[in-house]
Amino acid sequence: MILKSLPKKQIRVFLVLTLITIILASAPWWVSRADIRLLGEFYSFLALAVLWNLLAGYTGLISVGQQAFVGVGGYAMFIVTAKLGISPFLSVPISMLAAALIAGVFAPLLFRLNGAHFAIGTWVAAETISLCFFMVPELGGGAGMSLPTDVVKSIASSRAMREMTIYWLMLGLGLGTIFAVYALLLSKTGLALMALRDNEIAAASLGINIWKTKFVMYIAVAAATGAIGAVIFFQKLRISPESAFSLNDWTIIIIFIVVIGGIGKLEGAIVGTIVFFILRETLADYGVVYLIVLGVFAIIIMMFSRKGIWGMFEEKFKRSLLPVTREP
Amino acid sequence: MDNSLLRINNLSSGYGDFQALFDVSFCLEKNSVLGLVGANGAGKTTLFKSILGLLPREKSMIQFQRQDIGHLSANKLAGLGIAMVPEGRRLFSSLSVYENLQIAADYGRKGYWTIERVFELFPILAEKQKMPSLSLSGGQQQMVAIGRALVANPEVILFDELSLGLAPTVVNDVYAAMPSIIESGISAILVEQDIERVRKISKNLVCMREGKIVLSGAASQFTKEQLTTAYFGE
Repeated sequence: MILKSLPKKQIRVFLVLTLITIILASAPWWVSRADIRLLGEFYSFLALAVLWNLLAGYTGLISVGQQAFVGVGGYAMFIVTAKLGISPFLSVPISMLAAALIAGVFAPLLFRLNGAHFAIGTWVAAETISLCFFMVPELGGGAGMSLPTDVVKSIASSRAMREMTIYWLMLGLGLGTIFAVYALLLSKTGLALMALRDNEIAAASLGINIWKTKFVMYIAVAAATGAIGAVIFFQKLRISPESAFSLNDWTIIIIFIVVIGGIGKLEGAIVGTIVFFILRETLADYGVVYLIVLGVFAIIIMMFSRKGIWGMFEEKFKRSLLPVTREP
Repeated sequence: MDNSLLRINNLSSGYGDFQALFDVSFCLEKNSVLGLVGANGAGKTTLFKSILGLLPREKSMIQFQRQDIGHLSANKLAGLGIAMVPEGRRLFSSLSVYENLQIAADYGRKGYWTIERVFELFPILAEKQKMPSLSLSGGQQQMVAIGRALVANPEVILFDELSLGLAPTVVNDVYAAMPSIIESGISAILVEQDIERVRKISKNLVCMREGKIVLSGAASQFTKEQLTTAYFGE
């Protein structure tokens, strides 16, 4: 039904995405174990970048506190599996709920702020949540905790199978996020998000409820980020407040990815993640130089193309990989 | 019989400590145009912002169809049937002409005005519907802004500086659409700098100066001299 109502070029995109998903799902049979881990990590960063882009690039909510939801998702998974004995697979939706709940508590406070104040507010909220986990000795306090062996084995009995399962979960979340966000952008709400990004007052005067739209997006992005957090820590098997609520790992790098790829474009997050992983895998052995190169690269992109690498490409070739334009 | 659609009652408002409107009162009748004139800084745009809830006002200061609406936000007012064509158009810059209209069709009220009817009113928009809205000329952008308000099927449209920055021939094209709009059952408050033009099209006229109403009544009863005096002061 949904496919029937879509223009041909968008149906083509969904079919190509499905084909890519099938090919990537078979990767464990033709890719090394090390590369499977790397791909899994790639999908998690891809999903985080797509979600942050949705929040900042479409909804206008520049958050530097998304690490809060990665951390809450990760800890929720540890609590329900290690402390309550619930299946690791059930822990993913529970992590989503936990992250959505925390976002729901903070959103009414944060939404009183705008622009830079909102950004700082989200950061402060994330630090506050992180400190709360530091103070819980049952969760290992600042040292954190490891996932008990029986929980690890309940994911899958063998290590190879466990790695494959986690890979598929990450693939599902990574490409599932792209599918979901693309479908959202093609919907009535997606058009409203773009209108809201362009001009809030004009959007409101047409009947779009700005507060509600932003609130729903913030909660949905937090929930999805929580799920990704849970799966990230399936792979890591150990959690601590420092790793779970890392500003650098879960927000700064994600902002870097979206900025160099192209903010406000779904393709921008994808291109940015690919470029980041190429840079990281090429330069990781050079220590601090790696970070300097990343910084310089981001500055150059921002100076010469505010729309990022994808924006530059799109402007030059007038091509869109994931078109969201509606036609009569 | 009370023919009022939108009534402003002793509206006072402003920006923080700065009061920009002082006890403004007037009434927009059904199926009519009310012209609102005044020099820059007279408070016309501030009045629109207050009506739309972008500036503070009290519940009873604005009545729509005899209901107090002074406590409602812009999106709720849109649901009731109050739309605005803002100064400077404020089109959705990343969207095409068609998408600018589509969003009003998605979120606005259902009624006589559809995207197709807007294209009949402004045929040039049908030709340019796939183009980015900001690639259009100023006059065509104004047509998109008007069309966007119409597709939301409001009862009232607040037109802010309809002719600002447009060439005289383009202004004629834009104004030529006004009779069709009013005939479809929409009432309008029209903010305009061109006194003669607004006097011709309006049933009633309000002149503001320094946040206060200095003249109001049937447009036909005022001479050009009376209006000029009210506009600029003694």
